[in-house]
Amino acid sequence: MKFERKDILGISELSVNEINLILETAESFLEISTREIKKVPTLRGKTVINLFFEASTRTRTSFEIAGKRLSADTINISASTSSVVKGETLIDTARNLEAMNPDVIVIRHSAAGAPHLLATLVKQSIINAGDGAHEHPTQALLDMMTIKEKKGKIAGLKIAIIGDITHSRVARSNIYGLTKMGAEVVLAGPSTMLPRDIEQMGVKAYTKLEDAIPDADVVMMLRIQLERQKQNIFPSLREYSQRYCLHSRNITLARKDAIVMHPGPINRGVEISPDIADDSSRSVILDQVNKGVAVRMALLYLLTGGNE
Amino acid sequence: MKILLTGARVIDPARKTDTTADILLEDGKIAKTGTDLLSSVKSKEAVKIKIIDLDGMVLTPGLIDMHTHLREPGLEYKETIASGARAAVTGGFTSIACMPNTDPVNDNRSITEFIKRKASEAALANVYPIGAISRGSSGIQMTEFWDLKEAGAVALSDDGKPVMDAALMRHALEYAHSLSLPVIAHSEDTNLSAGGQMNEGYYSTILGLRGIPSIAEEVMIARDILIAEFTKTHLHIAHVSTAGSVRLIRNAKERGIQITAETAPHYFTLTDEVLQTYSTSLKVNPPLRSAADLKAIREGLADGTLDAIATDHAPHARTDKELEFEYAASGISGLETSLSLSLRLVQDGVLSLPDLIAKMSLNPAQILHLPKGTLAAGADADITVFDPHLKWTVDVGAFCSKGKNSPFHGWEMQGKALLTIVGGEIKYSLPSLKI
Repeated sequence: MKFERKDILGISELSVNEINLILETAESFLEISTREIKKVPTLRGKTVINLFFEASTRTRTSFEIAGKRLSADTINISASTSSVVKGETLIDTARNLEAMNPDVIVIRHSAAGAPHLLATLVKQSIINAGDGAHEHPTQALLDMMTIKEKKGKIAGLKIAIIGDITHSRVARSNIYGLTKMGAEVVLAGPSTMLPRDIEQMGVKAYTKLEDAIPDADVVMMLRIQLERQKQNIFPSLREYSQRYCLHSRNITLARKDAIVMHPGPINRGVEISPDIADDSSRSVILDQVNKGVAVRMALLYLLTGGNE
Repeated sequence: MKILLTGARVIDPARKTDTTADILLEDGKIAKTGTDLLSSVKSKEAVKIKIIDLDGMVLTPGLIDMHTHLREPGLEYKETIASGARAAVTGGFTSIACMPNTDPVNDNRSITEFIKRKASEAALANVYPIGAISRGSSGIQMTEFWDLKEAGAVALSDDGKPVMDAALMRHALEYAHSLSLPVIAHSEDTNLSAGGQMNEGYYSTILGLRGIPSIAEEVMIARDILIAEFTKTHLHIAHVSTAGSVRLIRNAKERGIQITAETAPHYFTLTDEVLQTYSTSLKVNPPLRSAADLKAIREGLADGTLDAIATDHAPHARTDKELEFEYAASGISGLETSLSLSLRLVQDGVLSLPDLIAKMSLNPAQILHLPKGTLAAGADADITVFDPHLKWTVDVGAFCSKGKNSPFHGWEMQGKALLTIVGGEIKYSLPSLKI
């Protein structure tokens, strides 16, 4: 199958076949990262720009390593959204970058839809590395790859996503991806963190963690942003952790072989108790990070016409 | 200068007439309406009269847009009074009222006089300034209402911002009422709408954009209805966008409270579903709402709950719109598409043509106490003529407004202004009309 897309803007627009192709390509790249010499010449002469308007360590590093392992020249630009205030718009930045003829631009931005704007402006391939509370497609792809590896399949699994759904791009991309792949997705969070009409996305939403995780095969915990407290969306971290932290008692509601995921960075003791987070029989958090490099390698490869 | 307009379907909601007739304009006034005026004038001084045959066209009192943003002073790169007035007559409007959120805000006599002077220099549409309720529209200290009125302000509003302080709203309504100055509310609870980019609902959820809930509008309308009832004053509500607002206003009217209200063409034409492209031309405040809200707005227009259609013409420069959705300015450049979009209500059977014309001329005139909106003999010769069948395609590049920010670019329309006469002078005519 040929990969026809110019951009990866969100999981919402990908077909099941495309998701499978990306995951299979990523699986074939996993091995490269285990070699003594972790580099193949596949993307030699290609240029990848990581344009990050929002702070990120692991996603940016993951994209940079992915590019370098494929021998692409990777350039990181940490732009501040305050450049808008200074008068340089995203459009100016995009046109300048375009003039330097890169092959792929990876963008992270606090404004939902920013990658879509960029994609309409430049001829280069755009990869969305997270836009506001909208989508984070590479995270969902690495999550699906991890689930597939641990469980052998995605279809038919019950997957619980717990936390601040309203502000989570990880949740949205995973809801799109996992439901497309045939999983049953249930959500739980305080009602102030469940966005309006979320069930129209084909999921069940609960306000109690204990209602969402029974018989779950996968429990995905989301990061809670501490600054949300100021918006009066929840009263305190203390109360949140008492009700929504995954620990050794409530996890017994899930299936015995349930895996625990988290997009990181973790607030230990708030979202997941330390004993669960560090229990390698359940926690696959570092596997997720590992798969992230392979998924990003696969996307760079497919977007630059690697499988033609 | 005399003008004789012959053969048009003449609709005058003020006199409840709708018939084929001729109209003679003389010295800036409507001299006479009747049948076969041509033969009566021909015998005398036909050579001195400009005769325009309007067979098959619709002739109405000059359309009045009670809610525009002309951006001058201060934001001339978006629009000037002259370019806005040019857009108005091109869209069929003979009179427009402009909101005070310029820079500086129109909160004192000198700005109001400046707007009036610029408008008279432009000599296109009648321009009626609306003064601010509070200084700088900051919602703290009242402006000098008497002075503003004397300088030419026809109403008061902090449009663009709500009056969050209920006590200020109460006092503004009481004080303004004693001067017969209407107060126009921009109804938005800014705590509920904080950070919001679009209507809160399924589409804001999937797009990851912060929602503006319908209750941000409705709680303020409910509050202001209670204040208007308590103070026994008239309140006009701008740009109604939600089903709940329509219900509140309908109920208030039934209880005899002096409430009037307007909506804008985009609220009865588009829903939040179209935002999936993140196109910033769709960003507007209040935001495009749900399909259920759109239906309720149309019902509110049909049953008279909504008295007027205003454009909320909000021109912006490309640089204000070619940005991430969050950073883009809100607003639609509406003067040149309003009539065509509103005619769809007639095509869809929501309103009769005379009812539509009333909402775009007589009713806004009455709300703002303007001596306009009628074709009675002796009235100002402000006249709009449009071709209800003419098909055309919206091209923002051809807009007279400096604001090319329209989500209707490329839309196929039916019905277009042909001739706009202000004070007996032709200010716009479609090039294809032989005059």
